[in-house]
Formats: sequence, structure tokens, C-alpha cells
Amino acid sequence: MRIVHYINQFYAGLGGEEKADTKPEKRDGFVGPGMALNAALGGAGEIVGTVICGDSYFNENIEEVSKEVLEMIRSFSPDIVVVGPGFNAGRYGMACGAVAKIVDEELKIPVVGGLYEENPGLEIYKRHGYFVATGNNAATMRTAMPAMAAIVKKLIAGEAITEGYVEKGLRVNYFAKTRGSRRAVDMLLAKIKGEEFVTEYPMPVFDRVDPQPAIKDMSKARIALVSSGGPVPKGNPDRIESSSASKFGKYSLKDITDFTADNGETAHGGYDPVYANEDLDRVLPVDVIKELVAAGKIGSLHDFWYSTVGNGTSVANSKQFAKEIAEELQRDDVNCVILTST
Amino acid sequence: MVKEIERHGIPVVHMCTVVPISLTVGANRILPTVAIPYPLGNPALPPAEEKELRRGLVERALVALTTEVDGQTVFED
Repeated sequence: MRIVHYINQFYAGLGGEEKADTKPEKRDGFVGPGMALNAALGGAGEIVGTVICGDSYFNENIEEVSKEVLEMIRSFSPDIVVVGPGFNAGRYGMACGAVAKIVDEELKIPVVGGLYEENPGLEIYKRHGYFVATGNNAATMRTAMPAMAAIVKKLIAGEAITEGYVEKGLRVNYFAKTRGSRRAVDMLLAKIKGEEFVTEYPMPVFDRVDPQPAIKDMSKARIALVSSGGPVPKGNPDRIESSSASKFGKYSLKDITDFTADNGETAHGGYDPVYANEDLDRVLPVDVIKELVAAGKIGSLHDFWYSTVGNGTSVANSKQFAKEIAEELQRDDVNCVILTST
Repeated sequence: MVKEIERHGIPVVHMCTVVPISLTVGANRILPTVAIPYPLGNPALPPAEEKELRRGLVERALVALTTEVDGQTVFED
């Protein structure tokens, strides 16, 4: 069986964030983590080719790059495609998912991957592949790769895959012993009696917030700036972590009208910091906002900006940060927020 | 974070480059930006032009905040 592996620039050994804009390329055989996968397959299958792309390049051009990567994958005539594992890396997870989608839709062959449960790429693309639930960082490679290899082996052997991956959310037909009406009445009776029952059609849970009404008159509104891109004063005084942040920072805007290389930087470890460190207005547009306030186009600006880094940060932490930030904004009668993400 | 702040009654415009992620996390007003390492800039431009680009994006963000929406809305060009 012929397997093609998709990985990012980091796992290919090309480099870190400074190489995140690498364009797609292909190589024969395995590269990086593919070696362990190949070994785990024990000759039942072989990685015949590896396709590599930089995470930023992929995410900034998802549709075009997906097609380009697809053609590279197709050129190896694979039977199975493996993506990642991408753990909790946001951009890598999105890339793994997008590759799974286009392979599933265009080549109609199985895809196996590995992502952390909170990775947005998993939520968006899980129906397009068998994604193993991994830990949130590469330290769990030792368990992730064997779990992925186990699914690949079953696919090679032609066995049904019934466990070991994140539910795809697809319905599978089967013959039930009793008809639908009977099962529904049984469930209803169980519910009335207060007994346990298992629904056959779980409702999806959407945690959505209704949009707040629009601002009527921006020239009278008070605005605040918040960012998950890690903009902090030069020196990162609160030592906000470069990933998996445990806190957010609150910083005064009083004396800043324009960011320069001397007064601001980013704490974020999930993208190339060169551009933000040169001019942090590229992440938090303080220069423009202050001018718009001075020109009367915005009523006023909250005295502080709030910052954390979004990469690898748990949903629970993010919620807690935002709750504390929102309560401060309410106390200062802020009417609206610009939130920037990288 | 976008969702939690909006839950407290404050409208938020999310300025970001990877729009599918913003849609997944539940932002209601989304303004696509330039690139991941420089959402509100472009180092290839001369400083004055770069600032104009940023001003344009921020002004569009203000328009998004003053526009009523009844669900998730991406404010394209």
C-alpha cells in the first residue's frame, strides 16, 4: 500500500517561524516523523512520498494551496494519506484538516491524522478523516504516532475502523431489530419513567452568542483594543508565555501614540515575530485609532489594551481571561471592541 | 475571547486572517486582514502606504461595528 504523508515546515526540519511562509514542496519517501510511522507499519505499507508546506503560507491561501498540495499528493498515486500529527498547533491543524478535506473529496481515499481535541482544525474538518485525539503538544508524539499507525494498519488490512478516532459526525446505515416507531415510543416511555435512554439522533451543541446591536454613532462611542496576537510593551513585563498562556496583560495606552521597535513587541511564539517587533501597530493599530479619536470619528478610547497569546491556550483559560477583561470594560462604559488575532 | 466579550453585551469586531477559525469560535462581525504575522500592515509597502492600508482596515472595522447583523457576518472588501 502506498502512503503519502503531509507535514509542515517545522517537522520537515526546514525551520521554525522564519520558514512558515515556505511554499508547498514534495519529496520521495518519508521525512521527519514519517520515519516512525513507516517503522510502525512494519512493511504492510510504505510512505512513498511526503508533501511539505509552511503553516502561514498554507493558511493565508487555503484554497489555492490545498489544490497545489492535492496535485503533489496525487502524483505519488497513494492509497492512503496521513496528515500530521498537528497536536494543538492552530495553523498546522487547519492545514492538516484542509488537506484531509480535499483528499477525501477529490481522491476519495482514506485520510488518517492526529490533532488535539481543542484544535479548531479538528472541529472544522473531522468528518474528512480518521483523526486520532492526541495530546496538546509534540511531547505526545510517542503515543500519537502508534495510534495513527494502528488505524493505517486496519485500513491496509481492510478491517472496519470503529474506534480510536474522533467521531466524524457521519451516519452509518444498519439494520435494527425493531422498527423506528417502536424505538421512539420505548425511548419516550423510558424518559417518562425517568430511566436512562440513548438518543439515536443527538442534537449538535452550538455555543453561539447572539450578535450585539450595532453602535449607532461611532463619534460618541467608547472603544477598546484587545488582542490574542500577544502585543506587549517592550520587554514583556508580565512575562506572558509564548504559547499556552496562563494569563493576560493590561497595559496603558496613555503615553503611546505610535508603536516603534523601542516601545512594543509580541510575546506570541506561534508566528514570525519580526514584523510585529519592528512595528506593533501591525498587530494592534494604536497609531490609526488615536488619530481617528483625535479627528472625532471615534468618541473615545479605553485607557488600556488587553493582550494574551492565542496559540495553544486552552479554551477554558481564554474564556476566563475574556470574562475578566469584559467586566473591566463594562466598568469603564466601553461600548465596542476591536479584537485582533494573528 | 470574542464570544465571551460579546456575551457581556459589548459588540466585538474580530480582525483576523484565518477567517474559518473565527467562524468556528463564533465571532459575529469578522473583518479579514492581511497576513498572519502582520494582520494590520504590510512590510513590503513604504511606511506611509502601510499606514493608509491599516487606516482603511480599521475604518472598515468601525463600519462593521455600526452595521446591524443577525448572524455571523464576514465583511469582505
